Amino acid sequence: MKEKLTSLWQKLFGDSVRAFGVVSLIFLASLAIAPAKNFFSEWRHYQHGYLRMVRNRSDANTLQRHFQGGIQQIWLPELGVVDRCTSCHVGLKEPSLEDVSTQPFRTHPVIPHKLDQFGCTVCHRGQGAATTLSEAHNSTLAWEQPILPAKYIESSCGECHRGPLPGTPQLNQGRSLLSREGCVHCHTVKLPDGTTMKADDDPPSLSHIADKTTREWVFAWLKDPQAYASTSTMPNFKLSDDDARDMSAFLIANSTPQAGDTAALSAKATSDPAAGASLYGESFCASCHAVQNAAGNMVGGDVGPELTRVGSKVKPEWLQAWLRNPRAYDAGTAMPHYRLNDGQVATLSGFLLAKADSDFLANVHLAVATPEQITHGKRLVSDYGCASCHEIAGIKKPENFAPELSRIGSKPVTQLVFLPGMQHTLPDYIATKIKQPRAFGSGLKMPQYTFTPAQIDSLTTALLSLNDRSNTLPPSLAVAATHESDYQPAGKAGKLMTDLACFSCHRINGHGGDMAPDLTWEGSSVQRQWLVEFFKNPGTLRPSLIRRMPRFNLTDGEVNELTDYIMTVYQNPAIDRESMPLSGYSQGEVELGRQLYYGKYSCQGCHILDKADKGYIGPTLTHVGSRLTAAWIYQWMKNPQFLRPGTIEPNRAMSDEDARALTAFLISQKGGGKSSATKAARNDAPTQEVAKK
Amino acid sequence: MTRRYQAVFTLVVALLATSCSRKTDSAPLPKPTAFGAAIVESSGGKQIAQAGSLLPQPVVVQVNDEQGTAVAGALVEFSAAHGVAFDPPNGLTDSSGQITTNVSLGGMVGRYEIVASTADKSHKKVELKLEEIALGYQQTLGRHLNDLYCERCHNPESTVERVSNFDNLEVKPHPFTEGDTLNKISDADLTAIISHGGPALNKSALMPAWGNTLSKSDIQALISYIRAVSDPPSRSAGPVYAKN
Repeated sequence: MKEKLTSLWQKLFGDSVRAFGVVSLIFLASLAIAPAKNFFSEWRHYQHGYLRMVRNRSDANTLQRHFQGGIQQIWLPELGVVDRCTSCHVGLKEPSLEDVSTQPFRTHPVIPHKLDQFGCTVCHRGQGAATTLSEAHNSTLAWEQPILPAKYIESSCGECHRGPLPGTPQLNQGRSLLSREGCVHCHTVKLPDGTTMKADDDPPSLSHIADKTTREWVFAWLKDPQAYASTSTMPNFKLSDDDARDMSAFLIANSTPQAGDTAALSAKATSDPAAGASLYGESFCASCHAVQNAAGNMVGGDVGPELTRVGSKVKPEWLQAWLRNPRAYDAGTAMPHYRLNDGQVATLSGFLLAKADSDFLANVHLAVATPEQITHGKRLVSDYGCASCHEIAGIKKPENFAPELSRIGSKPVTQLVFLPGMQHTLPDYIATKIKQPRAFGSGLKMPQYTFTPAQIDSLTTALLSLNDRSNTLPPSLAVAATHESDYQPAGKAGKLMTDLACFSCHRINGHGGDMAPDLTWEGSSVQRQWLVEFFKNPGTLRPSLIRRMPRFNLTDGEVNELTDYIMTVYQNPAIDRESMPLSGYSQGEVELGRQLYYGKYSCQGCHILDKADKGYIGPTLTHVGSRLTAAWIYQWMKNPQFLRPGTIEPNRAMSDEDARALTAFLISQKGGGKSSATKAARNDAPTQEVAKK
Repeated sequence: MTRRYQAVFTLVVALLATSCSRKTDSAPLPKPTAFGAAIVESSGGKQIAQAGSLLPQPVVVQVNDEQGTAVAGALVEFSAAHGVAFDPPNGLTDSSGQITTNVSLGGMVGRYEIVASTADKSHKKVELKLEEIALGYQQTLGRHLNDLYCERCHNPESTVERVSNFDNLEVKPHPFTEGDTLNKISDADLTAIISHGGPALNKSALMPAWGNTLSKSDIQALISYIRAVSDPPSRSAGPVYAKN
């Protein structure tokens, strides 16, 4: 063995010339390593593959002409982007490669941005400067941020776009869940525009809870809120029986009676299921409240709490007081103050109290609470941060109760604790944390929510958009969100509108709900007499609509107050009500309008005007002549979106003549049998001068 | 001496082999207690979701025997192109012969072929292929516009929240899934109908002109959505990602 080695050494380095030659050869070979490595590099391999693929296509010439070899780079200093992704993803800008399914040669799906302006990593994350697949796509020692999974891609839209976008439903849903499901009660979220995300839900005050319900119910609710109402947004704190016992003891002991709350209770709940059901229906309670029906389906809206088992929860005297005037118990409630009479309160409360589940509290037996239990309960209530969401007398809302999430989308992976078996990435961490928060250790306080997998993906998307980039963006790139205005109507009418909770459904000047029409220009739109009639007896304007305006049993004085205010204040400056009369159009104009209505513009596709029409989309127009003003109809014909942004009626860009003829035709539709209303409307016209300022 | 070399060599080879072999972390397949002869779709095919996201409804398939009666306890495995995830990826059919899985689509835009397979008595593979549709940004925007402006007339199906206007119209609009008709209309003609209304192409005036309400890119987005959901698929619906 040793001899062999010696002879080999002799052969290679025996004399100086030979040694020189061998060393030179070794040197040359090692010099060749770099170019060879470059020659066999991954991107070159992909570029060759691309050219081979392109060769056999019919558009080979164009594609070959567009092709540029070598390392490609998009450099955007102001965004901190150095992206070499296009070195391998060669076909990104070739729309004709739409049919190619092999990566990295696909064309990029159509988006509103140009590759050269934003690069790749702004949206997709990953390491832009890398030139190998594993370094570019995966987390490495030098680069933590891997490629963002496709299901969270909308989070990147949210870095610049601070408001909702029509093409990013998941991001929009995630953001609204953050404020609607109460996340931001505990977690502070400072948005990049300097505002703090506000909670959109309204957890009830617990300061007077003993008026409303029993300790047994509180106990059962704390143990499992979804057992009482499957749609409840209150999370499950996984409390032990003892803890729930003590917390319920404290909450009841801490409760003080609400002044005037249960006063003047003469009515007794009457049991008349038929009358109750019809009053529940007439009052359109289901527009806001859901009830689970026998088939297990949830029927109704989600503005108010679910009422499936409400009879097992509320005390009868509280319910009656609430129905009589909800604002006495909770001044900020979204529930309107229906002016129900004693008989109606009795009927409706009887109907609701019958919605009880005898099993729900059957196994809850609580002994009288001891002072120690109450003290312990108080400690638990402040430990679990109940006051972050609920007002509780004697307990202050905690500051910074939970970690701030303003930059959660850039949290370093090294700072995260992962569960065994889960992927070590930030999106997986966030999603798992939302899904099972208590799995990450004992003693954690974050409760268990009941989100669907799709909701968890949405929330994760919204949270990932809160990152370093969104906070350090060049101001020119940020697209601002429109924030809800804090518009409040003034005076007596304003108080009345708050009392009736108009803003729970209607939107005015950028404030309010979206269940019912925007009323910002209502004063320009409708005729006074129609509005008065409508308040007294609201009918529906649209067929096939399940949510409707309820009747509030207003007095004549209240109706006049509201009507005067609306007719005076909610005026569109571009509409001159006097510019077009409510009558007096020539027969020719009306006839031309009819032809346009049924012919050129085929309005009968969406509207009902005649018995033969069946359009289900727009409002019924049989009485439109006694409802709307001519000036409004004319403007609406010219440009509906100008009067109500987002309305689905298409803008037909009508000529002045067409718009006038259609106005003449529509204003003549006063609804056959209602001549008195028509007459009233006509007489009403001159008085509207008051409405103009 | 040589024996020691041999030992070292085998050790090195063994080490290399274990480190190079890919980890298989999938749980062992459950043992089937019965075998069927056919596998059929119960629900969940032809769904629309954004690329990379969860399908709104789970996919449910049923295993039947030769007589067409449901078979409980048959093993069903789901598979699809790279990037598609199943939860669970396999399992035994329940007492009604069905198995349910939640499907997340891959990150690419286009159509995904999903294969549900079971083995019959002679261990021959029986397959069922389903197709699901993954939307990109443009199609998602199109879907939003469709829900807002088009669907009330073009979708004949009513829900409690949204009553269809389809039956009210004298001239019936084409549902967007009607590929046989819509695939024959070029992008340019579709754009003309949407922007200028039905009469632009001698069609019904019940289809209004949207050109002043929707922007050009909105109309493009709508067309890309229509192409994406048409059945049979339009040529520009993108590639079909199948298991390779």
